[in-house]
Amino acid sequence: MDPLRTLWETFFDWESMREALPEMLTVGLPNTLILAVSAALLGSVLGMLLAIAGISRTRWLRWPARVYTDVFRGLPAAATILLIGVGLAPLGMQVWGPNPYPLGILALSLIAAAYIGEIFRSGIQSVEAAQLEGARALGFSWGEAMRMVIIPQGVRRVLPAWVNQLIALIKDSSLVYFLGLVASQRELFRIGQDYAATTGNESALLLAGLFYLALTVPLTHVVNAIDARLRHGRAAKPADEIDDADLALPGAAGGSGR
Amino acid sequence: MTVDISTSVSLAVRDVHLAFGSHRVLRGADLDVARGGTACVIGPSGSGKSTLLRTINRLIEPDRGDVLLDGRSVLADDPDALRQRIGMVFQQFNLFPHMSVLRNVTLALRRIKKLPEEEAVALARSQLELVGLAGKADARPGHLSGGQQQRVAIARALALQPQVMLFDEATSALDPELVKGVLGVMADLAAAGMTMVVVTHEMGFAREVADTVAFMDHGVVLESGEPAAVFEAAEHPRLRRFLAQVL
Repeated sequence: MDPLRTLWETFFDWESMREALPEMLTVGLPNTLILAVSAALLGSVLGMLLAIAGISRTRWLRWPARVYTDVFRGLPAAATILLIGVGLAPLGMQVWGPNPYPLGILALSLIAAAYIGEIFRSGIQSVEAAQLEGARALGFSWGEAMRMVIIPQGVRRVLPAWVNQLIALIKDSSLVYFLGLVASQRELFRIGQDYAATTGNESALLLAGLFYLALTVPLTHVVNAIDARLRHGRAAKPADEIDDADLALPGAAGGSGR
Repeated sequence: MTVDISTSVSLAVRDVHLAFGSHRVLRGADLDVARGGTACVIGPSGSGKSTLLRTINRLIEPDRGDVLLDGRSVLADDPDALRQRIGMVFQQFNLFPHMSVLRNVTLALRRIKKLPEEEAVALARSQLELVGLAGKADARPGHLSGGQQQRVAIARALALQPQVMLFDEATSALDPELVKGVLGVMADLAAAGMTMVVVTHEMGFAREVADTVAFMDHGVVLESGEPAAVFEAAEHPRLRRFLAQVL
């Protein structure tokens, strides 16, 4: 047989793809989204706590945050998922039974938190100290000033990097297959892989890849849109907006009635 | 400008010392401002003027010395509560860029003074009106000129009805043509009876508006007195040298 044709059919066998499609849509896609979205939420909350601990003036918060970040950022994701998913399985068994999802989501969240914590921390630290001083001078406590003034600005500055981390999370969610999934728990990658293994044809796996791209590529464009908007939002046009009120003495000159 | 002067207080700084490591920024600074009075603090860069201002509302805690409002030490007070009674305006405005002008002014009214939304908005709008910026309530600070931003910052501080106002080189970051508008608001405030401490390089303003001019050098107030005395009959050679350079 023509080797090129063989190659083509290995990846683009429409029949194999059509066979896998229903299960991808009804089982794989929802499961991937459950894993990625839950881990994104939990990872972002944990990441924010890590970021705040990381800039704390108490070393008893700062050091643990540092060590945590170094460990979970430094380990391969597969190793972390196995260590937590398998290592804590006996414990998990007693709490929620044999379902590997809770531990899988926990592992993904812990990994994401290490990266998201660094992203948030760098954003928060990029906010000028004068902003904190301005808020404190109004009578806000340190915590209130952080919550209302510093963190919102810092997070806005790093939204693109944060979305990038969500993209990584969608891809890493494929790794929970290590933990052993029953048919209804399989996510996109596992379904593609199973079809590929039984048919000896990679087309179903390629289809899974297309699903991942359908999720991640729009997100990368969201990143770019956010980035552009923040840039334009930041670029003020003061020259157009200055009016003669600046040149008057508002109170004395009665210019306030304008 | 309408200011409730019944709440104004006298201010005294007594022998304030502060060191950052081995660098002694304040070495026993003293300052007196009568109730409703305006003190302008002048002096070369690095003389400790801005630091002195920050010890008054305890953004920086002094190592030694005391700050008195109406004769009562503020050092025993909760610093957050103290800062609600002392308004401060900064060189770089320090407005919150992610909020509208109106929300910059209402934030502390709602979150600290716990005013209901409508009341906070009404109070904020009337404060913005006073500084001539009622029309900019919905703009973001970044879309305003420096002079407008500084007037918003003044409105934000005044909305909390402070007993004392501190100005830290409020016009130093402004383009020359915008300085007058901000100084005008400050002069109105002084005339209305607000107790003010103004760190400034604007000698014209100090001469015309201040009741007291205090010259700082190397962390102490070397000489202070009525503007005429300080500007026309300076005693200390360092003050005379400083005035020769800036006037």
